[in-house]
Amino acid sequence: MMDNDLTQYLDYALIAMLLAVGFAIVRLRNLFAVVMLTGVYSLLSAAWFVSLDAVDVAFTEAAVGAGISTVLMLGAMLLTARESEPAGQKRHWAALAVVAAAGAALFFAIPDMPVYGDPNSPANAYVGMDYMDRTPNEIGVPNVVTAVLASYRGYDTFGETVVIFTAALGVMLLLGFGTGRREDEEEDEA
Amino acid sequence: MSPHLILRVVSKLLIPMIVVFGFYVQFHGDFGPGGGFQAGVIVAAAVILYALIFGMEEARKAIPPVVARIGAATGVLLYAGVGVATLFMNGAGEPLNFLDYDALHPDQGHHTGQHYGILLVELGVLCTVASVMLAIFYAFAGRVPDIRDEDW
Repeated sequence: MMDNDLTQYLDYALIAMLLAVGFAIVRLRNLFAVVMLTGVYSLLSAAWFVSLDAVDVAFTEAAVGAGISTVLMLGAMLLTARESEPAGQKRHWAALAVVAAAGAALFFAIPDMPVYGDPNSPANAYVGMDYMDRTPNEIGVPNVVTAVLASYRGYDTFGETVVIFTAALGVMLLLGFGTGRREDEEEDEA
Repeated sequence: MSPHLILRVVSKLLIPMIVVFGFYVQFHGDFGPGGGFQAGVIVAAAVILYALIFGMEEARKAIPPVVARIGAATGVLLYAGVGVATLFMNGAGEPLNFLDYDALHPDQGHHTGQHYGILLVELGVLCTVASVMLAIFYAFAGRVPDIRDEDW
């Protein structure tokens, strides 16, 4: 149990850092710093996922959240301003009430959540254990996450691949192919 | 003397290692964390790093945007093709299932069909994700001139 206690403090430290970075993102006006801090936020959450033993999720979060999306946000920032407009001094009491109510509801729900690592929790009891039992006999792949992702749920992963393809299609239709030429401008000049 | 000499030298050393690590993540996904999605992002990140350091023109010469467009479609077609192939490769009287990898190879004892199927669809995911990330980056970065030093 001593070991368990120590990782608990690591979790607290990481969540405190996530909070601090979140407040910094809200307060800052320099968009370059905000983009960099969102990358830091993703990397911190990836570290937290590792501490929760969700290494596959942590890997994706580090690669996508801290890597690619930071670069894409930088590219988007270069298309707009470097500084954000200062927010108005007006207090939005209705928004504060909604946030406070949602936060109170979340705190109210905390006692109903299963304890971390509880063998009787829904995630560990039903279909998850079934996959753990079946994968060595049916797929023969050591990483059960890969077996579920690519084989048992291969149809869903196919859908996700198509979604990613569609996202690129949408971006290219809106922003162009990025060949360096501005086809529309050339046509306008001609 | 070109600007950012240290960045250029270091990234020239790093980019091949990033790509090799991407392929390690791809082909080791059966045994440890990783898979086509993460590997695709890592491979795309290597090209994006090249574009950031050496400029968009050099990156477009190395990997033209048309390659990214074709790669995105090829990956989806490879994934769907595995599914269609399993439909046709099943023996008579067996149920026809889309993406049923066991039909790919008769050796059921060692799950060879499952291994082939997972390898092929993960390759499709790698191809699509790497190409899509690159295509989106090209689309954003193609609209602005290269990032100047005073922007930082």
